[in-house]
Parts: sequence; structure tokens; C-alpha cells
Amino acid sequence: MTNGTKFRAAALGASLAVFLSACGGGSSSHQNTIATSASNVQTITVNSGPAGDYANGVFTSVTVCVPSSSNCQVIDGILVDTGSYGLRLLSSTGGGALTLPLPHQTGSDGNPIGECAPFVSAFTSGPVATADITISGEKASALPVQVIDGTFANLADVCQAAFGTQEQDTLTGQNGQGGLSANGILGVGPLVQDCGSQCAQTGSSNPGLYYDCAGATCTVTSEGLSQQVQNPVASFATDNNGVIVELPQTSTASSVAGSLVFGIGTQSNNALGSATVFPINSNVEFSTGFKGQTYPAFVDSGSNALFFLDSTSTSLPECSDNANFYCPASNTGLSATPASTGSVSEALKFTIGNADSLFADPSAFVFPTLGGPNSGTFDWGLPFFFGRNVYTAINGKNTPGGQGPYWAF
Amino acid sequence: MQARVQSTQHSAYTLHELQSATGTIVREYVSPAGTVFAVAWKGPYPPNLHELLGSQYAQYEQAMKMPSGRASHGPATIRLPNLVVQLSGHMGDYSGRAYLPDKVPSSMSLESIR
Repeated sequence: MTNGTKFRAAALGASLAVFLSACGGGSSSHQNTIATSASNVQTITVNSGPAGDYANGVFTSVTVCVPSSSNCQVIDGILVDTGSYGLRLLSSTGGGALTLPLPHQTGSDGNPIGECAPFVSAFTSGPVATADITISGEKASALPVQVIDGTFANLADVCQAAFGTQEQDTLTGQNGQGGLSANGILGVGPLVQDCGSQCAQTGSSNPGLYYDCAGATCTVTSEGLSQQVQNPVASFATDNNGVIVELPQTSTASSVAGSLVFGIGTQSNNALGSATVFPINSNVEFSTGFKGQTYPAFVDSGSNALFFLDSTSTSLPECSDNANFYCPASNTGLSATPASTGSVSEALKFTIGNADSLFADPSAFVFPTLGGPNSGTFDWGLPFFFGRNVYTAINGKNTPGGQGPYWAF
Repeated sequence: MQARVQSTQHSAYTLHELQSATGTIVREYVSPAGTVFAVAWKGPYPPNLHELLGSQYAQYEQAMKMPSGRASHGPATIRLPNLVVQLSGHMGDYSGRAYLPDKVPSSMSLESIR
């Protein structure tokens, strides 16, 4: 959970935009500028991903090494996720790319530590390992990462019993379970650890994410902050206060490329420019106004649609064959207004299309108009990122826009 | 689940609010006949859906396994004739609700289940 989250007014004003175009609202008549090759810039691509079936998934590659060695593996097809924290790599045991024997993290009793990592409708399970990682010119050493491995001890069963959500430990799914459809997840959201101080506690306030695994038997353990799986950006030597996801405006397509830029205001290519800062509250949210009502909201590149509200409040029907997406009879224009303590955006216009029609093209995997329901909440998922540079500042880190955590765009 | 409980009487139902030791708040909506017709939750950690859904869990689990075209990644909506489950949030921030559509009092709006 958020530690030391500050409610603070945004630092607005000075336009430092030299390299970034000054169209922070993402208006359709402007184009955002995508950073070109540099030591803090990593290419990202929205495409079908390693399983060939991902709609609106943004992927990149990471170089992973056994710590302090030259024993390394480049792994591509890793989902860039501003809605989670930490690097998770799908083991080859589940159809993933990871074959490098990363050393397991061990507890004080010498047993390996495992993790049940909760996502919204699924979990990943497997051991915590230690790796040196390199992304573009940025390095994090001895970083705790999760190896996603459903065969590790009895942990997947323990996680299922604890959460009751879907196990997602394979690439393509099995026995009717959905697959991860990625070789891993690069969690570069606004927090540092994936659990926080409560996982370092013992007793009933420990939420049960970390386990000490003696042979096949895993039991809940306390896990210190520095041992927890964590956002690799916060561990970089430089450019470690946040990231910018930069994707161009697009129509429905098979593939679109952009940049993941490390650091905010640390280099000439990552100035905050005219972007508006939206502080993130202790619930890891800001808010969004829609048709006169205000709702909790968040920004998440790992959500593959604009997931917001319900059919009653939006007048958008759910698809008859898939209640996870909206299926209006024709493209529907809407607007909503992100806001946070001290900051209000201009109304942002967006269009929601018919998901069944969009998915009817088997070669299309980039969908800027994909939407779906999300009762009482606004999830600004990947379609929000097209044509708009989205900044995520990490909790406790200083930036020219004030201390994180915040989103800015 | 260890929890503090607060109850509020409404005209068509009783609302029990429970706060678990991990900080996640669960609201249970109970009919005058004693049936829990809706639950909603919000907090830093996910609740245990086995506990919250009880006898409805098997139906939810079966529906999650049914292939439904291209997958959603993020929030999930399971809509069955007699059960709706909606999961929302992101890491560090989980919310959602489940309700029995034919048991929700007609005087109550679905938006108020949260």
C-alpha cells in the first residue's frame, strides 16, 4: 500500500516544453512527440504479443542476468504495466521465455520465498528470485523479481484458496483458464513495492502475499520492504523517479510502436512540459467527472480498454457475448474530466466503438476505441495513452512537478 | 476474516460493514428475510472470493473459465441470469461487488451497491 502518500497541490506553471509539443490535453488535432533513441528510452510496441492473441497489449524487452554475472537472457513480449509494481517473468514451465536459472530469494530459515501476486481478476504465483536487469541503458542490480511458475511448491493452490481469482501462470491458458498472453509483466506504476509495509508485519494485518515454502508446503511469512518484488525504475541509478509512456495517435491497426522513457525532468528528453500533474491519493486513485458525477479513477496501461461505469450511466450496452466490453450500435463520442487535489483537466473527448465489430478483424490488435464496463469507477486504460504522453511519478521521488506519486498528462 | 462490524438499517435491507485487519472494507446487504443479496468491497488488498460468494462461488468460477472471445485484461464483469460479479481496481487498490439480480429489492438502485 502507499507509504507516506502526500495530498498536495500540483506544481503548475512554467512551461519547459522544448522537446515536447504543448498539447497536454491530447486533443485530436495535435500530435504528441515520441522520444527517439537514447540511453533512457526503450522501444515499446502494441501488437498481438507472444501468444498472438492480445488486444491492446503494450510490450517491450528486458535483459535479465544472474546477479553479478554475464549469464544473461533477453526476454521480449513483456507487458508494460503502469498499474502494477515489479518485474514478473513467466517461466518456460508455463510456456514462457524464461530459462535462465535465477537464484531464489530465501528466508532466514533458508527456505525459498514464494509470492501470490494479486491482479484484479487473476493472480500470478511462483518464487521470488534475484536478478540484475537492464532496460535500454538503465540498470537495476540484485532486484527482487517474481518468477511466474505454477509448478512451484503448492503455492498456486494456496493463492487460489486465498483470493479465489483465476490462476494465470501459463502463456496460452489451459483447462479453460485464461493465459497470461505475455512472457512477463514490467510493473512501472506509481508505487515502489508490490505490497508495502503490511507484508512486513506478522499476524492478521499481513495480507498473505509472501510465503515461506518448505518443500511443497508454503506458509505466510513477513517480507521486508527491500526484499519485496518492486518497481525496477525506483532502483535505477539515474532517471529513477518515474516513467513516460509515449504512444502515437492511431486508428485500429495490427501494430503501433512508441517509447517508454525513464525519468521525469532528469534529461532533455523527459521534461514535464505543459503536462498537468494529478496527485495520487492513499487509495492509489484520483477522480474523474462524468455527466455531473464524480467517480474514483486511475490510469493503467495494463488495462486493455477504457473500462468505465456501467450501461445505465453511459447508455452503452454491454456486448451480448462478452459482458467485459461495450458494444454500441455505432461509434459513440463521450467526454470526461480527470481531477485531483489542486488539479482539474479540460474535458477529455473519447470515442467508444463496438467491440464485436472491432474484434471481427483477425489482423487487428490495436484498438483506440475499445471500452468496457467497470462499475462505479473510471479506469483510463491503454486507449487513453494513444496520442498522449502519460507520466507516472513514483511514490516519494522528487520531480520538477513535485514529489510522487502522481500521474501527469 | 477478522473484522469490525457496523450495521445500518435501511427500509428494504440491513447493511453490515466489515473492516478486515488488512484494511479492506466489505459491505453485506441483507434482506429482511436474512438473505445476503449483495456484497461489495474496497481496499488495498483483494478479499477472498470463496468467503464472499459462498455457495455462488462455483457458478462464478465456471463462468470465469468459459472462453469469451478476445480476453479483457483489467476489470472483469461476469453476468449470469442469477449472479453478477464485477472485479475492479489495480495493484494496491481493489474494489468490486457481487449481487443476486432477482433478490435485489425493487426499490434499490444497483448503483447504490458499492
